[in-house]
Amino acid sequence: MEFSAQNLACRRGDAVVLSEVTFAVSQGEALILRGPNGSGKTTLLRCLAGLTPAVSGSLSFSPDDVAYAAHADGLKAQLTVAETLRFWAQVFGTRRIEAALDAFDLRGLMERRTQTLSAGQKRRLSLARLILTGRTLWALDEPTVSLDTSAVAQFAAAVRTHLAGGGAAIIATHIDLGLRDAATLDIGQFRATQSVAHDPFLDEALS
Amino acid sequence: MIALLRRDLALAIRAGGGFGLGLAFFLILCILVPFGVGPDSGTLAKIAPGILWVGALLACLLSLDRIFQLDFEDGTLDLLATAPLPLEAVATTKALAHWITTGLPLTLAAAPLGQLLNLPAAAMPALVLGLALGTPALSVIGTFGAALTVGLKRGGLLISLLVLPLYMPTLLFGADAARRGAEGLETTTPLLLMTGISAASLALLPFATAAALRMNLR
Amino acid sequence: MSIWKYANPTQFMRTSAWLLPGLSVLAALCVATGLVWGFFFTPDDFRQGSTVKIIYLHVPSALMAINAWLMMLVASLIWLIRRHHVSALAAKAAAPVGLVMTVIALATGAIWGEPMWGTYWAWDPRLTSFLILFLFYLGYIALWQAIETQDTAADLTSVLCLVGSVFALLSRYAVNFWNQGLHQGTSVPVATGERSVADVFFVPLVFSMVGFGLLFVALVLLRTRTEIRSRRLHALLARERAADTRVAPNTPPSESPTS
Repeated sequence: MEFSAQNLACRRGDAVVLSEVTFAVSQGEALILRGPNGSGKTTLLRCLAGLTPAVSGSLSFSPDDVAYAAHADGLKAQLTVAETLRFWAQVFGTRRIEAALDAFDLRGLMERRTQTLSAGQKRRLSLARLILTGRTLWALDEPTVSLDTSAVAQFAAAVRTHLAGGGAAIIATHIDLGLRDAATLDIGQFRATQSVAHDPFLDEALS
Repeated sequence: MIALLRRDLALAIRAGGGFGLGLAFFLILCILVPFGVGPDSGTLAKIAPGILWVGALLACLLSLDRIFQLDFEDGTLDLLATAPLPLEAVATTKALAHWITTGLPLTLAAAPLGQLLNLPAAAMPALVLGLALGTPALSVIGTFGAALTVGLKRGGLLISLLVLPLYMPTLLFGADAARRGAEGLETTTPLLLMTGISAASLALLPFATAAALRMNLR
Repeated sequence: MSIWKYANPTQFMRTSAWLLPGLSVLAALCVATGLVWGFFFTPDDFRQGSTVKIIYLHVPSALMAINAWLMMLVASLIWLIRRHHVSALAAKAAAPVGLVMTVIALATGAIWGEPMWGTYWAWDPRLTSFLILFLFYLGYIALWQAIETQDTAADLTSVLCLVGSVFALLSRYAVNFWNQGLHQGTSVPVATGERSVADVFFVPLVFSMVGFGLLFVALVLLRTRTEIRSRRLHALLARERAADTRVAPNTPPSESPTS
């Protein structure tokens, strides 16, 4: 299966920020999104995850194939690591929290409340959630923020395992994850142009 | 849904403020009123149904902005929206959790507080039954208000302005049932009408709530 | 051509510019005729004296207070279903007009109520319904003000308008159950065809009602035009900003060359 986008246009707030986004990722492949801050990486990922409906264009997959990991960790300070993972496993109807614990080396932290974790540990916990979703396409927004070198390696290994298992990933990141033959997509080239950012209130001004 | 409900309840208990705050507010309100209107037991008995219902309403309002706000800020709401659970189910579950942490304790506390306000014993069944049947509507309507204002910085004040007019019919029938009970009149009609409002809100409003959440997450 | 062509902002601006002057003059004439005729050229009521003349303000404003909400409901539905921006902006524009109509109805009612019922306010079903309507208008306007993203604001206020309409209707019948009230019946019952107002009072009242209706339409058109202009201004500013940033970020070398 191939995950592709054709001439996708995405909006953020009232403005269309991306247009003509076209890419394809096959199973077993990763796509790295690059681009300066504010170029629309988050906007694109939210669009792929189905949070923001696309203005135009088409996707070859449904949002139900996508596991989205946002900038925010989405963790509750009062829950323990095991409770957090069990909760998401139940929501996604999977039972494999052991795999997630092992992939991010969280076994020793199982009974700790999230509020006592360091920023990097929280990040690892929130990434471990991805394994529980059981979904094919990972859409990750700056996943390596506050991770140290060894944790980045863990994360890269988890991504490789996911790819080897027939998954795919679209990752917005600035660091080199050491993923061999990962394609790179520069988001800057898709910045919406005026003609595409059709605004009904500019009709008269344009004519 | 059960997982989400259990998580929300666990959070409410551990974070504090969920169970306790609304209930404490209700208690304080009922204690303050006699200081305001005087200790005359006849006057208190007369206004007790209204005080208890308005108090329950305000206590419910107190915790509304927490329903989605915390999940929105830490990114959990985004993740829930992308999960297989439909947002309508999330909305219903959140309302249920809010009711268990607010409406249910208020209902249980109403009887002793009614004694405090000298509520006639004849009114007690109608009051407690009315709260049990009416507070679910308060939670469901409140969840809708919370969904409308989830993206806002100062949502807390706005939520009262949006939700209180929607609470009007429930308050009216609920307090009326208790008042009729106190006068020894038939209470079935207002109770049934109020149950109708609760049932219809529970059946229909989660769709509006989910729609509002989707609009806010865009 | 279908009616939907007026949903295009440009077309709307053109048509409303053509309609507005005539409509405003007509509204002013009708309101003036109704009020002057009603105030100075009708006899005093034998029981109520000259206080009855406030009816020429009270009834039309009450009528428009309800109709404004109905118009907002229809406009909200059109926005939610067909995504016509003008519709959402018309609903936004109508809300303050409806609010003012509600306040006029409440205030004139209170002034009329004092000599008639001996009180400015009573918790009568009709009065209470209007007070609730007033709160709904306040909430609706506050929600519009609070949300910055315009399309989201239009979406959320439309949902509120829908849900609010159901609950407003519910409240309307709930208060009947609650208190029987002092207010007289409808002045102009449409269904029965009978009138509780005598002809001498009725004709100027019709003028006044039609005038208020036209005034409402004219005000909503005017306010919608303002809203469209403001949105156009925002769109132009956004485009200018976009044009500025387009020049800037291309100059520094891209930090990650594409492989």
